[in-house]
Amino acid sequence: MDMPLPDAAIIARKSAITARLRSVLPADAVISDPAETRAYECDALTAYRCAPMAAVLPRTTEEVAAVLRICHQEGVPVVPRGAGTSLAGGSLPTADCVLIGVARMNAVLETDYDNRFIRVQSGRTNLSVTGAIESDGWFYAPDPSSQLACAIAGNIAMNSGGAHCLKYGVTTNNLLGVTLVQMDGTVVEIGGPWADAGGIDLLGVICGSEGQLGIVTEATLRILPKPEGARPVLVGFDSNEVAGTCVSDIIKAGILPVAIEFMDRPCIRATEAFAKAGYPDCEALLIIEVEGAPQEIAEQLARIKAIALQHNPVEFREAADEDQAKRIWLGRKSAFGAMGQINDYMCLDGTIPVSALPYVLRRIGEMSAACGLDVGNVFHAGDGNMHPLILFNANKPGDLERCEAFGADILKLCVEVGGCLTGEHGVGIEKRDLMSVQFNPADLEAQLRVKDVFDPGWLLNPAKVFPLEATASRRGAGASPHTPRIFAQRG
Amino acid sequence: MRPDSEAELSEMVKAAAALQITGGGTRGIGRATGAVLATTGLCGVQLYEPGALTLVARAGTPVAEIAALLASERQRLAFEVPDLRALLGRTGASTIGGVVAANASGPRRVQVGACRDALLGVRFVDGQGCVIKNGGRVMKNVTGYDLVKLLAGSQGALGVLTEVSFKVQAVPEAEVTLVAERALPQGLADLRRALGSPFDVSGAAWVAGRAMIRLEGMAGSVAYRAGKLRDLLGFEAAPADWSAVRDVTAFAGRAGAVWRLSVKPTAAADLVQRLDLEAVCDWGGGLIWLLDPTGQADVRAAVAGVGHATLIRPLPGMTAPAFPPEPPAVAALTAGLRAQFDPRQIFNPGMMG
Repeated sequence: MDMPLPDAAIIARKSAITARLRSVLPADAVISDPAETRAYECDALTAYRCAPMAAVLPRTTEEVAAVLRICHQEGVPVVPRGAGTSLAGGSLPTADCVLIGVARMNAVLETDYDNRFIRVQSGRTNLSVTGAIESDGWFYAPDPSSQLACAIAGNIAMNSGGAHCLKYGVTTNNLLGVTLVQMDGTVVEIGGPWADAGGIDLLGVICGSEGQLGIVTEATLRILPKPEGARPVLVGFDSNEVAGTCVSDIIKAGILPVAIEFMDRPCIRATEAFAKAGYPDCEALLIIEVEGAPQEIAEQLARIKAIALQHNPVEFREAADEDQAKRIWLGRKSAFGAMGQINDYMCLDGTIPVSALPYVLRRIGEMSAACGLDVGNVFHAGDGNMHPLILFNANKPGDLERCEAFGADILKLCVEVGGCLTGEHGVGIEKRDLMSVQFNPADLEAQLRVKDVFDPGWLLNPAKVFPLEATASRRGAGASPHTPRIFAQRG
Repeated sequence: MRPDSEAELSEMVKAAAALQITGGGTRGIGRATGAVLATTGLCGVQLYEPGALTLVARAGTPVAEIAALLASERQRLAFEVPDLRALLGRTGASTIGGVVAANASGPRRVQVGACRDALLGVRFVDGQGCVIKNGGRVMKNVTGYDLVKLLAGSQGALGVLTEVSFKVQAVPEAEVTLVAERALPQGLADLRRALGSPFDVSGAAWVAGRAMIRLEGMAGSVAYRAGKLRDLLGFEAAPADWSAVRDVTAFAGRAGAVWRLSVKPTAAADLVQRLDLEAVCDWGGGLIWLLDPTGQADVRAAVAGVGHATLIRPLPGMTAPAFPPEPPAVAALTAGLRAQFDPRQIFNPGMMG
């Protein structure tokens, strides 16, 4: 993974630039000591690290605007950071950048149940948005698995999903408005507590733009009344293909579970050894969760059971009580940790048409055997969003590279069957160089033109999302297509 | 002009000076000028996988054809395509590309979102004749910028759509509407209470003094939720015509200007009473249709701060722009995007101002 060479002229001006930042921010909000900037050297894609030139931690929209104005005038690249949980390297700094972290901007600004929205500062964590309203019977639906830590700012940047988006949609379907600060410091209000933002859908393109169009400082989010209850079932099958057909039949029958999760045999075995959830030893299992009042849950589960039994499952396990429900989810929720016990792993995020599931799982198995790296599959089956976990040994020279190459081949396969590179994690640096597998030059150029409008100088998170050679002419003088890797060391 | 292929369309765009893009010509608003470019030649369903809830169609495909195909598998477009022909005094067959360009969305928006929320992918031709694709046919996709949303509701200003992909929905087995005679503001307050309950309301409208709440799903579930809401609000089950809400038939064939307002729901009742105009409210008050017999009401001033208003059907002589004026910083971004995607300003000139 290459990153542009840092601009030595910018780094040479570090003390002048940080002095200007200190003139508009409180003393504790500017971090420039290399011992301290190291705290921001990576996000959850820990294989790649580079401390920023400086990090700032503003508390208000005005402070963000003041910092951006300075960086704009100085020609300094800016890397935005929510909580630093990106699996794609979305907030990986460069050595010549100012990193803007929004973590201190975590206030709830307005809660309005009558109009069904909440307005928050963007550094607030996903789970604490629900935390602010759940005692009144409300929740914020998108639930990425990092929701305890991840910030709304990052959710908006990556258009995050989660296990329950089969029913409730992803971030973009639950976002009503934003306060966006552009690279030149201009503050724009887009949308608000009404259903349609009006005009061309700027909100739609800002969501998922990976911090390249502006920094979102405040967000108006759609909130929902909590359902009366929820209950999962577990269904085990002796073939991936049959499990896939069962998913399709449930969806086609018009039942809308809030989640349909899928685990394959390698993942089931690893999970069982780790969490001892009591899962059956079978080829594939589904966890299907439905919501509603007790009688509504019973009605949906009866229908699901009828469909599942037509496919001769090796197991159909219902949860008689809360404790059994928890046990059904236990293995699924431990899956990443279980795989991590075995070895280092890389988590992929491609999406495929549900109908291609059996073929893709078979191909992944063949590719795994050919390259000698094990892979477990755990994913959101209802919407085809796969999370293959490739196991590798970071201390073994060459293993990371082999793993990355295997991962790239899986993602190419996803595109080949009509899917995409990333369903909910984002492109970041991780999938940047694969973008031309999914998009031709005209498709990419159309996206670059959007950034040209919002950030003509290409200073905001500039080395992400698009292949470096596609953006070289737009990025600053420091940009070069043949640049050395920063680091590939796992910590 | 009526191209039969994307390639032919691309050539026409390259050669054109000004184009008024039209699908079935059923919902065009604003004052576009230029040579008429019909997309009806780009037609046909490309892919339909009922088990994956996915449909891909060329942009000029009639909505009726898509609806019939989906109905054969007991599925539908979840966002309820409004048919505004009677309201706008038009004829013709609505196309799916026109629906997307207008982000046309009906009463179920309160539950499943708008057209843009069901849209998975687009192909379009930009102002320089370039063919561009974005999104795809899968449910979750964050690969690159979301130009799918950008194109939905862009009224043709950024490009001519050639293909669209949707997530579709199974038709639920049961549907019940609860109604009550309620004046404003109580009628809308009751709708907001229903929407704030866990009972998964799929329609919440107020028409001519009658508040209506729709519930859909499995039979037992619908019966349960209807019982709960009846107890909560005192509404009773009654036959209801949601297509009349969706299509605003209350104003069809009647003289006057028609406005469409997107507002903060709690502001709706006061707004309607202050303007003293006949209203059809949907989305629990979030959507207001107003009939202004004289065209004199200052609707935009009234809605300032709580939403925005689109002039759907002007009276002759009205000079207000169809689309709401934007604040300068937003307008600059919109203008910038239009300059990038349509640098020669050939698409629907005059339409969005």
